[in-house]
Formats: sequence, C-alpha cells, structure tokens
Amino acid sequence: MKYVDEFRDRALAEKLSAAIHAEADPARDYNFMEFCGGHTHAIFRYGVQDLVPANVHFIHGPGCPVCILPIRRLDDAIELAEMPGAILCSYGDMLRVPGSKRRSLMSAKADGADVRMVYSTLDALAIARANPDRQVVFLGIGFETTTPPSALAIRQAADEGLENFSVFCNHVLTPAAIRHILDAPEIDPEQAVRLDGFLGPSHVSTVIGSKPYEFLAEKYAKPVVIAGFEPLDVMQSVLMLIRQVNDGRVAVENQYTRVVTREGNAKAQELVDDVFELRPTFEWRGLGWMADSALAIRDKYARFDAEKRFPISEKTAREVKSCECPAILRGVKKPKDCKLFGKVCTPENPMGSCMVSSEGACAAYWTYRRAETLAEMALEAAE
Amino acid sequence: MTALEPLGKARFRADERVTMSHGGGARAMADLIRKVFAHHFANPLLDQHHDVARLDRPEGRIVVSTDGHVISPLFFPGGDIGSLAVHGTLNDVAMGGARPVALTAGFIIEEGFPLADLDRIAASMGEAARKAGVPIATGDTKVVERGKGDGVFITTTGIGVVPDGVEISPERIAPGQAILLSGPIGDHGVAILSARQGLEFGTSIVSDSAALHRMAADMIAAAPDIALLRDPTRGGLSATLNELVEGTRHGMLIDERAIPVRPEVASACELLGLDPLHIANEGKLVCICDAVDADRVLAAMHAHPEGAGAALIGHVTAEQPGFVRMTTRIGGMRVVDWLSGEQLPRIC
Repeated sequence: MKYVDEFRDRALAEKLSAAIHAEADPARDYNFMEFCGGHTHAIFRYGVQDLVPANVHFIHGPGCPVCILPIRRLDDAIELAEMPGAILCSYGDMLRVPGSKRRSLMSAKADGADVRMVYSTLDALAIARANPDRQVVFLGIGFETTTPPSALAIRQAADEGLENFSVFCNHVLTPAAIRHILDAPEIDPEQAVRLDGFLGPSHVSTVIGSKPYEFLAEKYAKPVVIAGFEPLDVMQSVLMLIRQVNDGRVAVENQYTRVVTREGNAKAQELVDDVFELRPTFEWRGLGWMADSALAIRDKYARFDAEKRFPISEKTAREVKSCECPAILRGVKKPKDCKLFGKVCTPENPMGSCMVSSEGACAAYWTYRRAETLAEMALEAAE
Repeated sequence: MTALEPLGKARFRADERVTMSHGGGARAMADLIRKVFAHHFANPLLDQHHDVARLDRPEGRIVVSTDGHVISPLFFPGGDIGSLAVHGTLNDVAMGGARPVALTAGFIIEEGFPLADLDRIAASMGEAARKAGVPIATGDTKVVERGKGDGVFITTTGIGVVPDGVEISPERIAPGQAILLSGPIGDHGVAILSARQGLEFGTSIVSDSAALHRMAADMIAAAPDIALLRDPTRGGLSATLNELVEGTRHGMLIDERAIPVRPEVASACELLGLDPLHIANEGKLVCICDAVDADRVLAAMHAHPEGAGAALIGHVTAEQPGFVRMTTRIGGMRVVDWLSGEQLPRIC
C-alpha cells in the first residue's frame, strides 16, 4: 500500500529505534502521553514499546471517543433507539459499549430496537430518505475529526428539507481535556501524573491545525509533537519529543507534515462553526464535568437536534464500583493497577469503557500485551 | 427424483417463488425437489429414490461433520451460499485427514424466495460437488413463513474416511513444529463485505471459497505424520491459532511479515479499521507439522492452485503457553488475540 507500507518498514524502524536508544538519557525517565486512542492502538498493534528503551513510558490519555462517552449519554442513546418507529444509526464501535445495567445498543437491538451500524453520516441520511415515515437519529460521537461529517449531514438535511433526520450530538473537544488533565494536580495533588510531553492528536489537527495546542507549550511548558498514526510516525515523534526534552526546549512541532498544517482545514472549521456551538459544560466518562469541552447544535438547526426534538428522561447512572477507568483515562493509573483487569473485566465482559473500545488502554493491554501484563500483575501480587 | 426435464424446456416460470406448499409434503414439494435439487445434484446415490443413502462400507475410520450456512448476501464475488455449503463441509472432513465420500444437504427456505435464485444456488452446489467428486447423497427441504428466515439457510453434512496410519489431532501439536498457511488470508471476508448492502465498494477481490481435500490428501501423502490441519474460517487465522493453544502447555510465535495478505485485502482492512487476522477464509488451511517435514509439505501445497501462496508463518513454542504471539512488521512483539464479539469498524 503506497503511503502506508513506507511507515511500517522494518529497516527504518530499526534505525529510529537505534536513534532513540542513543539519544534517550538513561539517567532519567520520559513520560509521554498519547492523547489519541488511535496512537494507543498503533503502539500496541505494532509493539512500538519493544523498540524504545524501558525509561520511555507511554501514558495513555483519554482520547478514545468511545471510552469517554458517559454512561448517562449512552443510556439516552438507547432510549432514543427504543422510541416507537425510530431508527438509531451509530458507528460500529459504539454498539457494544455497556450502559446502565450492562445494556448496550447491541442488546437493545436484540430486544427489538432498530439500531443500524453505519460507516458515515451520509449512510444515515440515506436511511432517513428511504424511511420517510420513521425518525432517524444519528448518534454523533467523537472528537474534532468526526464533527465535520455530522455538521455536513445536518446542513444537507436542512438543504433537502429532510424532516425525519436528527443528530444526538456528543462531539467533544481535545484541547479542553488536555487542559483539564494538566490542571488536575492543582485541584487534587493525588491526581498528579508526571508528563514530559504529548504525542498530539494528528487526525484532530488535520481539522483544527496544530495552533490550538500552542497553549500547552506556552502556559504549561509541555513539548508537543503532532504525530501521525503509523508506527514509524509514532517512533519519529518520540525521538522529536526526546530531543525537545534533552535540549530543554518547549514547542509544538509537527511530525505529520504530510497532512497537518498550523491553521488546519478552514472549510471544515467554518462548517463546524456554522452548525455547532460550545456547550457550557459536558460530562466525560472518567474526567467528570468540564467547561467548554463539547459542542451542541445551534438553535438555527434545532429541528435536527435529537435532544431538543425528543423527550429524553433525566436519569442518573453509575460506573461499576472499583473500576479504575477514570484514573486510567487521566493517565494516573495503568490497566494492571485495576483489580478488575483480566479477572472480571475482559473484552467479552467489559466493566468499564477502557476495556470495551478497541482503542481503550485496557483493551490494548489485554489484546496485545496480555502475557506480559498478567506476568507483571502476578509478580506485584507476590510482592 | 430422476426424470430430468428435457434440455431447453423451462422447469419453472421466471417469476415463480417458493410458497408454503413447496414445504408441505404434497405434489408441489415433489415438483420442487425434482425440478431444482434432483436436476442439479443428479447422481446414483440420490437416484436411489430412498429416504436414506446406502453407502458401501469403506476401509478405514469414518468421520462425519456438519455445518449450517447462513450468509448475507447469498451471492458474492467468487461464490454463493450453495458452493460455500459444499466447500465448507468438504474442508471440515478433509481437515480431519479424511477422504470425503458423500454429502447431505438440508434446506430451510423462506416463503417468497425466488425460484430462480434457488435454482442458481442448487446449480452452484451441484457443480461444486461434481468438481470435488463427492455426491450429494440425500437431503431435506423445509419452507418457513415469510419473515421467519433470511432467504435460504443450508445445512450440509459430510462423511469421509480416514486412512489407517493418519492421526491428525490437536493433541499431537508440540513445541518446535512448523506452522504453515496455504495462502493469502482475508479474501472471503473482504469479498463478502464488499457485496454487503450499505458498504458496496469496488474491489477485484473474490472469495477464496474452494474445496481443499485433494491438496490435503497430497500433503498427507508427502508427510503422513502431519499433526494438524484446520481451515481458518470464521474468526480468521487468529481464532484458529488461539483455539489450538488455549488451555495447552504450548504457545505459538508467528511472524507478521511471513503471513500472506493481498494488497487489496490489506487496503480494505485499513479503510475499515479491521485486522486481516480476524477475517474469515473459506479456501485456506493451516497445517502444523514437524519442522523437518515443512519443506516437503509446502512443496505439496505449492503444486495445487489452492496452495500456490503457501508459506511458513511461524512455530509452536514452549514459551508463553496458551498465547499466540507475533513479531510485528516493524520488529515489535504482540499477542494475537481472539476477536472479541463482532469485528466492528473503528470510528476514527
């Protein structure tokens, strides 16, 4: 595959690995947070950890859209799916996530709700056109990457006068979450996680550019490298971060120059701005309520807003007790620190969101490094 | 069940559909069987006009395997549910080290199903069985009300004979043995996805659906001591290998770079966020044999079109029992896990 295989080349990986080993100072640790679940997935799928020294640590951040959707919102989605005559359209990896009482969209489907997996918002629009007597709700989730397609669908529905289409908007914003993680120690010192730099979310930056991360360097003195998702992208970005740390520099650098610019995609930004506005506050699974961290549909498109269009009951929902997802999502703990990991919590029987999404940290450890993780856990238990 | 209609004479109207009476045991059912199934499956065993098929007692041990086929869409690039139902069961029999002797076929058909489609499926089954040299010896037809089925479900059972001296069994897997794969993985699953409603994408990939019993027989002839044969169907290569190590005292180490995957399959998987290791195959086999036999077995595979892309992909190990591990493309290491639930495309 052109433009893919080049970034998975063994010889180049060995060269980068040698450079990282040569430049990483053995007298210190390097703690780099990859915000994106996509990076977590790439690191584990290709075994990038095996090619960097043991003192370079990957701290997994909250950047998996499936992981951070709170149970309450998922329950709302299930409730929308169960409205008589409704069709709920969702991206595939949302379907298995358990909400309250371990019910998921998949189990709602098994109980008779019309839940359909779609690959794009345009598929959901097509379903709405084909079913004029049904209400089609698209479950909009994800970061800045998946927001423009939702905006486009709403605009298109408005242009066509499509009366039976709406979006249940759960789109969230990355800079707010990163800020929250860095502010956490000030609020609660126990939540402190030592971070020496960030692997920046590159697909997000294809839309918003690298500029929105400059506050990390300016205000928090944290180096950032906007990193592509191929294993060699990740390795090169790690090398760039190590160099910044070693040189005492703090900057936003862009490794993913083949796609990302400082300003991002102006057209997509305008589209999003036309359809969405900031929510004053929004709950993130694991991180709690955060100001200015999510988007809502503007009033002018209210008829395409499932929250305004349909009554959704107020409800409370609780996480599974002793699940460490919140601390894992903030990078404070690792999956092996959770008592449930691998015992009662597995991808077949997930207790928390980090295990259910293939991009969640727990699922990544379970799926790709189970042998090592279980051995470490046994060792720690023996101590 | 004989009396084939003369060539050129239409056996049924073009717009004719299956009705409840086709499953009711009356003349309509006899007509359906005669015009569709007997027409396409004709062979001396079926033509015995009996509710059972009488087979001669063979030399060796008998194996039997049964498999239900439920697939959407029913027709896909490179095959259909009919040929798949034949190949799938023949391969299950062959993976036991057996020579397939006969097949049975049970049909559950939804009321309203176009007779022309049923005929196409039966024709494809008949052709697959003839090419494989294995007769469909007996069968059954049921019709369910509209909405209570999904077009057609087919259950096939295969009977085969294992020659004396051949002992193919997971219990014989041992550290040091070689793991061979007969060709590129993921073709069937991607071909199905490409034809699935709502996801039609242009690809030249066709299903690898094929009968593997002749290749398997030649492999066994080349190395009668083969420990295991298995076709990596649902759940793909990862499920097959995990099944073989789970709960055992050995592990497996495979090399990602040695596993053949067609570029088109790799591209489709990239696009959809799927892992080729988890994608279904219908014409591939995994063979585990002593390392000294590996070259001989590979040569036997290469001599067949179904094994042209065969490769040595790894070894059984004494380390990390219960785990399948893989050296990744870039030189890292990871566990190759079972697929959890259904493989669902990632959001971003």
